[in-house]
Amino acid sequence: MLEILNLRKTYGATVAVDGVSFRIEKGETLGLLGPNGAGKTTTVSIISGLTTADSGEVLIEGRALGSDTDPVKRRIGLVPQDLALYDELSAEANLEFFGALYELSGASLAKAAGAALELVGLTDKVREKVKNFSGGMKRRLNLAVALLHDPDLLLLDEPTVGVDPQSRNAIFENLETLKQRGKTLLYTTHYMEEAERLCDRLVVMDHGRVIANDTLHGLYKMLPASNILSVELENAGEHFPLDDLRSLAEVQSAEIANGALRIGVGNLAADTPRVLEWLNVRGRNFTHLVTERPDLETVFLNLTGRKLRDS
Amino acid sequence: MITPLRALVRKDIRLFFTDRRAVIMGFIAPIAIASFFGFIFGNNSDSGSNSPLAVLYVDQDAGTISNAILADLQKQKPLSVKVSTVDAAREAVRKGSATVAIVVPKNFGTEAGRAFFGPEKKPEIEVLYDPSHTAEQSMVQGMLSGSVMEVVSREMFGGQTGQTLVKQSLDELDGNSSATLRNLLESVKQWNDSQGGGSVLRRGITMPYTVNPEAVTARTGTPYNGYAHSFAGMSVQFILFMGVEVGIGMLLQRERGLWKRLRAAPLSRSLLLGSRALSAAITSMMILLVVFGFARVVFHVRIEGSVAGFLGICVAFSLMTASFGLLIAGLGKTAEATRGLAILATLMLVMLGGAWVPAFLFPKWLQTLTMFIPTRWAMDGLDAMTWRGLGLSAALQPIGLLLLSSAIFTGLAISRFRWEPEG
Repeated sequence: MLEILNLRKTYGATVAVDGVSFRIEKGETLGLLGPNGAGKTTTVSIISGLTTADSGEVLIEGRALGSDTDPVKRRIGLVPQDLALYDELSAEANLEFFGALYELSGASLAKAAGAALELVGLTDKVREKVKNFSGGMKRRLNLAVALLHDPDLLLLDEPTVGVDPQSRNAIFENLETLKQRGKTLLYTTHYMEEAERLCDRLVVMDHGRVIANDTLHGLYKMLPASNILSVELENAGEHFPLDDLRSLAEVQSAEIANGALRIGVGNLAADTPRVLEWLNVRGRNFTHLVTERPDLETVFLNLTGRKLRDS
Repeated sequence: MITPLRALVRKDIRLFFTDRRAVIMGFIAPIAIASFFGFIFGNNSDSGSNSPLAVLYVDQDAGTISNAILADLQKQKPLSVKVSTVDAAREAVRKGSATVAIVVPKNFGTEAGRAFFGPEKKPEIEVLYDPSHTAEQSMVQGMLSGSVMEVVSREMFGGQTGQTLVKQSLDELDGNSSATLRNLLESVKQWNDSQGGGSVLRRGITMPYTVNPEAVTARTGTPYNGYAHSFAGMSVQFILFMGVEVGIGMLLQRERGLWKRLRAAPLSRSLLLGSRALSAAITSMMILLVVFGFARVVFHVRIEGSVAGFLGICVAFSLMTASFGLLIAGLGKTAEATRGLAILATLMLVMLGGAWVPAFLFPKWLQTLTMFIPTRWAMDGLDAMTWRGLGLSAALQPIGLLLLSSAIFTGLAISRFRWEPEG
């Protein structure tokens, strides 16, 4: 559906996007992940034709995006990070306006507006001015506006910024519905949990470059340990022989963090008894034990050496 | 392209009318201020409400002549003459409660009579005036000269004071005096004697002509309507303010990412900018038509000249305003930083265009300079089509120059407009 080849964009001395390449298959949801300033928004701007790349190509169904008036743009729906709505107009007037930009009018416009409003759950607010909407409602209307012309590819640039958990959940449900309808989604975010919930595949960006491009499962496999045993020890202040623990064949990593012993193992079922026995033999009793799957936060930390929200 | 263009234009006009402040500034403010200025400065012949000029008269002579001058001045319609003292008169002029004060000195009658025929020193009438009213001072001085001349001459030819003075003057003439002067005085004496000693001329020496002023307007008998100029001026001013708001609005929309969203649609940049210009021009036309419609109904301001010319100037000025708005958006970086400068530029355009005071009051060099100011052509054109009552041919030059300005502004705006916020 969408293929990005070696995109590069600079602003003066700043390289915003540097050799970015990836592709999205029809019906796929791709997460574009990275901290603020990673180059996600610039990439989306180039894909939607708002910004011209210094070099590289954007192909939609194998065809390069041409001028401002290229009809291929009708296949793209953009949900920008900034709320692109007219506060002084009603939800209905906003939808009528943005629909008309795609040559929709009359009954077809009314039908499209009704369907978009129904999807985002704002049918009963149709005549209300946008300035009276909550932040979450505005975000949902922002999404509805992008759906009016029934695009095949939806570019969602951090569509949940600044919304409450309830509205965020509502937006996720909307996007899941769109996925079920076969829409192709490119979802940029710096919230790892959002990407985990929605995306089939993830492209991780940092400093304008793609540093990983894989499925969620593939990204986890990049980590040294697939599972973590978090053990709260009695007498936590005592010296612990971490090196001895690491010498066990079953242990892939071991560290003490925030007073807990964190042990990485490859196979949770097979390796956990052996580790617990090792602790027991050495008289290291524990008060609490939990198992954790690593998350994308861990993936990003592993790839860049930095935490995502500190970047 | 028609559907998007119509939607873009309609959206802008809707946004204008949902903004109460914009509507007040666009329609109410020009009507209110133009009505006020028209009333104050309009010199409307049918109003009959011009206040007479407050003049104080200080009579230190208290003689026949000074009393007669006072009586004559009090008959003058444009003046409201009241008697005062020197100190009170000076204070009143300083405070602005009187515009001019006339101080007639002691022995004025005698000295003026002597000076009328002889070489004696002329008495001095002091005229105190408010320096912010020099025109009025000149007017009062002119009327005073007429009164003094008439009263003194009347008194000299037959009045009691005149007879005495002529006699005294003849007695005082010595051998070196001019024979012509002696002959003149003797002729006057003979005239006075022949009138029986008690008869006085009914009129003294007056101006040997009268003036019939005629305001040259569109048609003979059609009075000048000062509201026409004030409504043109205020329309131009507030429509330009609307143009500033168009530019600032574009900058704000750019900062909010709305332009970016619009560009995601398959529309050309020229359509996006052109639609904004078109909606601004339509709004400007609406303001002009409503404001002049109000002036027509309430103050009887008529298009005395070519209606087509008037509409042409309105259209050309509206396009110029729209391109002015685009230019502000093209040159501005942020809305906040641009607003102050744009308003200053607008006020300069309005002032130099003659919207506040007519351009003919400017010094010559400034009048030449204002030929390069588009608002000057808008004002001249609107004046020409309204109260001057000129034909379509008089509108062509202003229309052409306004369109030329519009083309220049648009070119500059397009070349400088940035679609994304700086930084």
